[in-house]
Amino acid sequence: MRHIFKALSLSVLLATTQPAQAALNVFACEPEWGALAQELGGDKVAVFTATNAMQDVHHIEAKPSLVAQLRKADLLVCTGAELEIGWLPVLLRQAGNANVLAGKTGNFEAARYVRMLDIPSRLDRADGDVHAGGNPHIQTDPRNIAKVSDALSLRLAEVDASNATFYQAKHKDFAQRWQDANKRWEAQAAPLKGIAIVVQHKGFPYLEDWLGLREVATLEPKPGVEPTSSHLSEVLTQLERQPAKMVIRAAYNSERSSQWLSEKAKIPAVALPFTVGGSDRAKDLFSLFDDTVQRLLDAVK
Amino acid sequence: MLNQKALVSAIALTFLMPAAAKANDSNELEALRAEIQQMKQNYESRIQTLESRLQTAETVAAEADKKADEATVQVSARPTASNALNPDISLILSGTYANRSQNSNYHITGFQAGGEIGPGTKGFNLGESELGFYSSIDPNFYGGLNLALAPDNTIGVEEAFVQTSTLPYGVTLKAGRFFSSIGYLNEQHAHTWDFVDSPLAYQAFLGNQFGDDGVQLKWLAPTDMFLELGAEYGRGRIAETQGRDKNGGGAGSIFVHVGGDLGISSSWRAGLSYLEVSPKDRASSDLDATGSDITNSFTGNSKVWLADFVWKWAPNGNATNTSFKLQGEYLHRTEKGDLTYDIDSVSNSSRYSASQDGWYLQGVYKFLPYWRAGLRYDQLNSGSVHYGDNSANLANSSYDPKRFSAMLDFSPSEFSRIRLQVSSDKSRQEATDNQVFIQYQMSLGAHGAHKY
Repeated sequence: MRHIFKALSLSVLLATTQPAQAALNVFACEPEWGALAQELGGDKVAVFTATNAMQDVHHIEAKPSLVAQLRKADLLVCTGAELEIGWLPVLLRQAGNANVLAGKTGNFEAARYVRMLDIPSRLDRADGDVHAGGNPHIQTDPRNIAKVSDALSLRLAEVDASNATFYQAKHKDFAQRWQDANKRWEAQAAPLKGIAIVVQHKGFPYLEDWLGLREVATLEPKPGVEPTSSHLSEVLTQLERQPAKMVIRAAYNSERSSQWLSEKAKIPAVALPFTVGGSDRAKDLFSLFDDTVQRLLDAVK
Repeated sequence: MLNQKALVSAIALTFLMPAAAKANDSNELEALRAEIQQMKQNYESRIQTLESRLQTAETVAAEADKKADEATVQVSARPTASNALNPDISLILSGTYANRSQNSNYHITGFQAGGEIGPGTKGFNLGESELGFYSSIDPNFYGGLNLALAPDNTIGVEEAFVQTSTLPYGVTLKAGRFFSSIGYLNEQHAHTWDFVDSPLAYQAFLGNQFGDDGVQLKWLAPTDMFLELGAEYGRGRIAETQGRDKNGGGAGSIFVHVGGDLGISSSWRAGLSYLEVSPKDRASSDLDATGSDITNSFTGNSKVWLADFVWKWAPNGNATNTSFKLQGEYLHRTEKGDLTYDIDSVSNSSRYSASQDGWYLQGVYKFLPYWRAGLRYDQLNSGSVHYGDNSANLANSSYDPKRFSAMLDFSPSEFSRIRLQVSSDKSRQEATDNQVFIQYQMSLGAHGAHKY
């Protein structure tokens, strides 16, 4: 026992006297925030992204690797609005990192800086996976990305004050490029205005709000509940009265039900990248929206 | 005042100008000119000041408007009720129906186990209802209470702990009653288990699950690989014993856990733990040499080694449709002390020593959304046991208890689960117990986040 304790205390001593890394460690819960932190932080930040575009961010394992990465983080960048409620609290309690706890400067929640949609008027689990703060999938509207980038840039400067001017310059550059790109997307997407769509999961209210898409049905009978055959046939009947142009799903959704509806209703099924890495083309935030707009346009041709 | 005077002078000056010119008194004229000049400057500077004040006011107003806009966005999501600071409350409801081929006088042949173990009674059984309250206490502490409401209408405090949240260097200190971090399954609440019951090795050596009153120190290394070291010190409430009433403690443990990812689809964790505990009057059910059900009691020293691993796989880390989990643990226990044979009648105490081990391996496969199937194999090895003077009554058995279990569960959401389990339980040498369980487990209230 005594020897083991000695070994323990020695290793504690060794590890805590290691020199700190130069770059600011950013732990991003979702790929879009990882990409944004990289755009705004450049070589001054080392970004770790906890999840990938093929995963359902509602359901993530609180894996040991995530605990280890969170332990080192100087800044935690997540969506918030209860999106990560099933796993982030466990990581935070296990990581023993006071810098990134809720309320600290090192804890950044993107959803605080945008206007939330779909805020439920009643909270009941009988309604499925509802989020009290509103729909958390805010990243599908580039105007939200712009708002979050303003706030994140300020936060980076606050956490890493010595590089504040660098972050300001980076942000100025990004904001300009983003504004230009947004104008381009909006011009390209003009034909999509008012188009009726079916979505698999209620993950696109912000995209719909941005492009003026009209959601007429969802494949999930309730948010977070997998599509059932009875509900799918209801949707199909509904589409006879109220036709839609396409059925949309996120890259991580299983394709089966949207494929089924696509064949029956004879409308294209569109897999949107949803976040960075969700398609071969969506390599960063810019190409994410390039690809999203392109896929939607291809579907209405 | 000065301005009024200056204004009066200015007006006077206008009218008096010609007269003054006529007067041709150059000195007086010069004085008047200077006064006018001063007035002009005075007014210009005042106008400038006013303009700049107006500008500032406008900016402030614009900012206030902006802030008000932002505030309306935020306010809608903010609860205003006086109970907004209440802790997270979660409730677990569970129940079981059991069909079994043997009676409920459970014991594990050749093992002085102790604690509330075994498959329980037959028929309809209400499981333990767990009521949990968890919250941050202040910026420095987090705490929680978990009550187990047993079907016999008793309440047990399963967990009641406080832990630090802001200690530096990845250190966390915990105090109170909590499940020990030894092994893998020990720390997990029963409602997160993949089978109805705990592994035989846990039942034989830890009295099902080891939770103690004490302190725990954990340190997480600042490395890319997950490396966690920890130690616990407590009173030693193992297997339904009360722990030691003495200065210091009756149990100590140390553990190390490592873990990481293998690509994006799989992750793992492995650990090694050591527990030393001094149980006092640990009662265990047994069968004596004549075949009667008796209760023995152990007081002494118990040392347990645990090695554990778990490996989880899901395509791209997305477990919605498919996932697999493989988990296994090995436990070894050596004991030295006094065993009182048949405390209810003979009550003969003698030296006792034992060195025994056991292990389990289980795999759970999710083959459809909501549906999982699992297999588990349990085995205990009789090892070497010395009963001393009691060896006439307690036969030295070379029997190795085994159990084989299969389960199928359906979870229509992350808050509900219905499970079917069948087991062939050879814990008792004299009888194989064929068991069928149907169980439900439901979670209400605050969204629980589960450990790995």
